[in-house]
Amino acid sequence: MTATVAPVRVAARGPRHELRAVKVVWQRELIRFRTDRGRIISSFAQPLLFLFVLGKGLGASIGAGTFGGTDYSTFLFPGVLATSVMFTAVFSAISIVWDRELGFLREMLVAPVSRTSIVLGKALGGATVASLQALVLLALAGTVGVPYDPLMLLTVFVLLFVVAFTLTSLGLLIAVRADQIQTVMPRVQLLLAPLMFLSGAFFPVTGALPAWLHGLALVNPITYGVDAVRRVVLSVVDGGDAAAAEVALRWGSWTVPVWLDVVVVAGVGGLLLAVSAWLFSRPE
Amino acid sequence: MPLTALGTRPGEVVVDPSPAVQVRGLVKTYPGTKKRPDVEAVRGIDLDVPAGELFGFLGPNGAGKSTTIKILCTLVRPTGGSARVAGFDVVEQRDDVRRHIGLVFQETTLDGHLTAEQNLRFHAEIYGMDRAVVGTRLDTVLDMVGLTDRRSAVVNTFSGGMKRRLEIARGLMHSPRVLFLDEPTIGLDPESRASLWDYVDRLRAAEDITVFLTTHYMDEAERCDRIAIVDGGRVGALDSPAALKASVGHDRVRITTADDDAAEAVVRERLGVETVREKGALVVLTPDGEQFVPRLFELGLAVRSVNVTRPSLDDVFLAYTGARLADRQATPGGTGGRR
Repeated sequence: MTATVAPVRVAARGPRHELRAVKVVWQRELIRFRTDRGRIISSFAQPLLFLFVLGKGLGASIGAGTFGGTDYSTFLFPGVLATSVMFTAVFSAISIVWDRELGFLREMLVAPVSRTSIVLGKALGGATVASLQALVLLALAGTVGVPYDPLMLLTVFVLLFVVAFTLTSLGLLIAVRADQIQTVMPRVQLLLAPLMFLSGAFFPVTGALPAWLHGLALVNPITYGVDAVRRVVLSVVDGGDAAAAEVALRWGSWTVPVWLDVVVVAGVGGLLLAVSAWLFSRPE
Repeated sequence: MPLTALGTRPGEVVVDPSPAVQVRGLVKTYPGTKKRPDVEAVRGIDLDVPAGELFGFLGPNGAGKSTTIKILCTLVRPTGGSARVAGFDVVEQRDDVRRHIGLVFQETTLDGHLTAEQNLRFHAEIYGMDRAVVGTRLDTVLDMVGLTDRRSAVVNTFSGGMKRRLEIARGLMHSPRVLFLDEPTIGLDPESRASLWDYVDRLRAAEDITVFLTTHYMDEAERCDRIAIVDGGRVGALDSPAALKASVGHDRVRITTADDDAAEAVVRERLGVETVREKGALVVLTPDGEQFVPRLFELGLAVRSVNVTRPSLDDVFLAYTGARLADRQATPGGTGGRR
């Protein structure tokens, strides 16, 4: 036996350590996603269906003019981008239930880090995975008459990241305390469908819905995300400015500026994340 | 400055006199509901585990064993009393405790989709290890558990024994002072169990580490420096395996001689011990059979055979808990699992 004791080589607790924890949890989400090819492929099926079947089919039967003079596919494209990140983000978030069931969560729970860091890493991981995936859809812009404008593409990518972050946080809120995937899935299904259909992804919120549904759409954070993405996309389309002005989200007669859209989405996301972290940190 | 394989700097000596584990009057009561009364899982436990010891924590299911370990690992807060691990208070200095302990649970907590190395690197990051030592430490722990050639393999392809070894490697990654092994060999085949203990022995020789073990296996309990037997939320006995065995009964020395009657008289008279006759043999009950045998031969009797049998830890366990050691898996949740 040696008299030398292995000294503690663990850095002192502090913001740097917490950031490393956030980063490694985030990295794990990326590694998991990269190795899960089935998930990548299947997650494209629904958006492609929306974009080409709904877009072309419905577009042809209702004709242009309804959507500020743009083609329906062009109008729909930003909505499909936003809804595609919804599903990936939420499913990424509820993987925390799998982590719990399969035991790995315990490895994180007994580590000398705050649970807020774990939740934040998960949220950023889900948002990254979802927005990276949306990049592939974004590459289809040309097929629906949207030019490949670098600044527009970059802005849309950032906006999708924010939308995905908010949805991952929502997924975490549902999932952090759950110990069975069976209890989480129905809640997610129940929540995602209305969030998607009342987001303005498929038709303009303003003027199309009865008052009470219109009210619901206005409290849906996704509505603001869809609005922001759509107005940025339309800004590079011929005649898009006029269309954007027509379909833009309004509070009464006041058009909500894009920056406020972003503030609403990010604010709701931050709030949801804070509640998730609080729930996660409570002793079980 | 160069580092040794253990992540220490040459000549660096750290002496910490505080016990690895110190428990005083520990109490944990789980509040009941209207239909269910309170559950007093732990009812006042005192323990001192000096640094470097291999300490066995034994008890039937429901004895308060798991709750005590969870408190020591900061997963559960005690209702009363105090506990210090590696010199830190489990309630007040939770993260300090966590930094100084390694945990290997019964159920796997590896990410099966990641490789062995990715699992270890995740651990290093989330424990905030000094980046300069992560690489060497990773090599050391993988080598220690014989998984160097599988470092890039996905964990889902590992056998049960390999997974458990990787868990131990991960638990050691951040050079903990105390390693908690909660039923580390459950579900493993005898060969994997044996090789796992080889690794633990080598580890204890290489690093000054305290091992806090729970087990259902007698041969594993036998390896411990000291054992605490817990029952009904209290420590019933705490001592070395040998002393515990001595406490519950005497060694049986079974002697056959040319003339048992004559031998019996001589042994009683000269050595002052009680004897029993049993199927053509003379049986002596003595606290220490090994020391008795040389004295027996000094008497100059015509001894044909001598056989010394010591009480087993199973006898000890039975005496303190009313349950058999190897029995308890068959009676989960029961405190009195008799045959």
